[in-house]
Amino acid sequence: MSHPHKAQEFIANENRVNWHDKSLWHVREKRDKAVNLFPEWEQLREKASQIKSHTLSRLDEYLEEFEKNAIANGVKVHWASDAIEHNDIVLSIFREHGVQRIVKSKSMLTEECHLNPFLEKHGIEVIDSDLGERIVQLAKEPPSHIVMPAIHKKRMEIDELFQKHLHTPPSHGDENILTAAAREHLRQKFMKADAALTGVNFGIAETGDFVVCTNEGNADMGVHLAPVQISSMGIEKLIPRYEDLGVFTRLLARSATGQHITTYTSQFRKPRAGTEMHLILVDNGRTVQLGREKYRRSLHCIRCGACMNTCPVYRRSGGHSYQSVIPGPIGSILSPGRDMKKYSSLPFASSLCGSCSDVCPVKINIHEQLYFWRQDITQATNEEPAKKISMKMTGWLFTKPKWFRKAGKFGRKALAKLPRWMVYNSMNVWGKHRELPEPPKESFQEWYQKNRKNNG
Amino acid sequence: MMHIGLFVPCYVDQFYPRVAIATLELLEKLGYRVSVPPDQTCCGQPMANSGYERYSKKTMELFVKNFASYDYIVAPSGSCVYHVRKHYDTLEQTPEVAHIRERTVDICEFLVNHCDKALPESNFPYRVGLHQSCHGQRGLRFGKSSEVVAEPFSIVRQLLESVEGIELVDLQRADECCGFGGTFAIAEEAVSVKMGKDRVQDHILNGAQVITGTDMSCLMHMEGIIRRRQLPLRVMHVSEILNHTHQHEPSS
Repeated sequence: MSHPHKAQEFIANENRVNWHDKSLWHVREKRDKAVNLFPEWEQLREKASQIKSHTLSRLDEYLEEFEKNAIANGVKVHWASDAIEHNDIVLSIFREHGVQRIVKSKSMLTEECHLNPFLEKHGIEVIDSDLGERIVQLAKEPPSHIVMPAIHKKRMEIDELFQKHLHTPPSHGDENILTAAAREHLRQKFMKADAALTGVNFGIAETGDFVVCTNEGNADMGVHLAPVQISSMGIEKLIPRYEDLGVFTRLLARSATGQHITTYTSQFRKPRAGTEMHLILVDNGRTVQLGREKYRRSLHCIRCGACMNTCPVYRRSGGHSYQSVIPGPIGSILSPGRDMKKYSSLPFASSLCGSCSDVCPVKINIHEQLYFWRQDITQATNEEPAKKISMKMTGWLFTKPKWFRKAGKFGRKALAKLPRWMVYNSMNVWGKHRELPEPPKESFQEWYQKNRKNNG
Repeated sequence: MMHIGLFVPCYVDQFYPRVAIATLELLEKLGYRVSVPPDQTCCGQPMANSGYERYSKKTMELFVKNFASYDYIVAPSGSCVYHVRKHYDTLEQTPEVAHIRERTVDICEFLVNHCDKALPESNFPYRVGLHQSCHGQRGLRFGKSSEVVAEPFSIVRQLLESVEGIELVDLQRADECCGFGGTFAIAEEAVSVKMGKDRVQDHILNGAQVITGTDMSCLMHMEGIIRRRQLPLRVMHVSEILNHTHQHEPSS
């Protein structure tokens, strides 16, 4: 199903849309307050963008440096060219250690690889330990936002989920009671886990360290207790030097939630005595995207979600309408790179207002890439032949000034004289909830010929 | 003497001649020599934003042919101007193309950045909400966008503040998109209408009587919603307000 259809379903419940829009706009306002306390914000964005461009221009060298240093630290490094290889590596590590139960902190990469259903199919219990992710896991839904996975769920719905799955008494949506119940539930899971999985926010080539940012400390809880740690990292998450890290941690939390810094910024270097630390470096389409010059900058993304919070379309259509692991504006430029046909409607799910590009902490030209994808998609896929023909005809009409004026005059007269039912019918999508402009008796050119004849 | 070519966007020509007339009159009051090339049609944006830039090449070439000889090409539309400046990079960059990409400006940009004469007097004793159309606001940088950390400025506000009697209202969301977006308004009808309703509501809540902006397309979309819902608001282009005197009643 295409984005407009899914969006229409979401919009049918206007109260819910208003609530969704306000929740996300509130986060955007928090972000604005936080960044405006920061006079050098724009220089920092520029710096981050330059570091990312530089890293991507020598990604091979930095990856080798990173691997060498990580191995020297005692980390076991694996390479996965795609999702299947990634999942197989995870499973083989688990088999080796007889792992039955795991806790996982938030990782959009493992979502991208569809790791949870894969592991569950192989009899392994997977518990998402980020509260929002746990909520959508209980609801058997994908996350609708990359930073706030359950932002589409109202408190009363969470209450019902917890009653059903965690057997809590009704709390009438009291967030203190719900949080305490989740904490108690997750604590049991942390204690019993045989292994802990995390994503990676930043990998540092210079030292082989990798960094995981969470607001709940759940990544730390998992890896501190479990004998085996696996961290999955997209190869674009690399930064060259330790001193670059501060640039990104300052940008990430402010852009994501308006916090000055993420509550837990955990830096991992070497395994504790008696435990194993695995790092899987995943490509899964990233080098292909790297090869596409127009779209290369999409790999700058640090997954802060600011473009979703600001996007007027996302706020009103909901994350699930994108039907993609990464929704919103950034997802709309990443997803067609993976499957152009499946995600062909996403680059059109934008008014091209440009707010995403201005809010992006690493200066990805998102709205420009949406425009490029539109051109590429209409070339490569043969969808919407009616639109193609009408665009071709419109393009032709605009090269024939006399015909354009005749068609305009005819259209205006028809609009003025036809009965309402002939103008406002199912063919007229504009007119479903909007009036057409009132046709004036003469066009500007007609007026001009009469009133300014001798000018020219 | 500076010779200006007036570009009248396709839908303004057909549906909002009053906006083009106001723009023309403004430039004439300032004493400029203004011509309206009779063979002009469109800048090519409708096809290009829909993913069919390739079908707009000849339209773009016609634009260049029509306007290459003027010192400035002025249009009452930030969106069309943005398209010419930004997306005419796909044409062969002849001196003519380079010239029109450099010299095509929105009327507000022209009045603030390229005109050294005092604005004609105008008065407009109404409460006005400014809709910051995205292509002007974030594309051409008519003002600081709300996402960016910098000193605030707005050339459109600056112009409106010079109008006698006007009362500019503040909005909850200063520069959110109205949801027009060209064919977006059709392809994503539900989202587009919801965005438009929310924008109109912001103006109503803050007591605006008139919504103004630099793009008639955004205003056409909001006007469509206003008229369908019979709301107590009207839309007017910035040119109409700047050209407004006691002799004129605000046109509906």
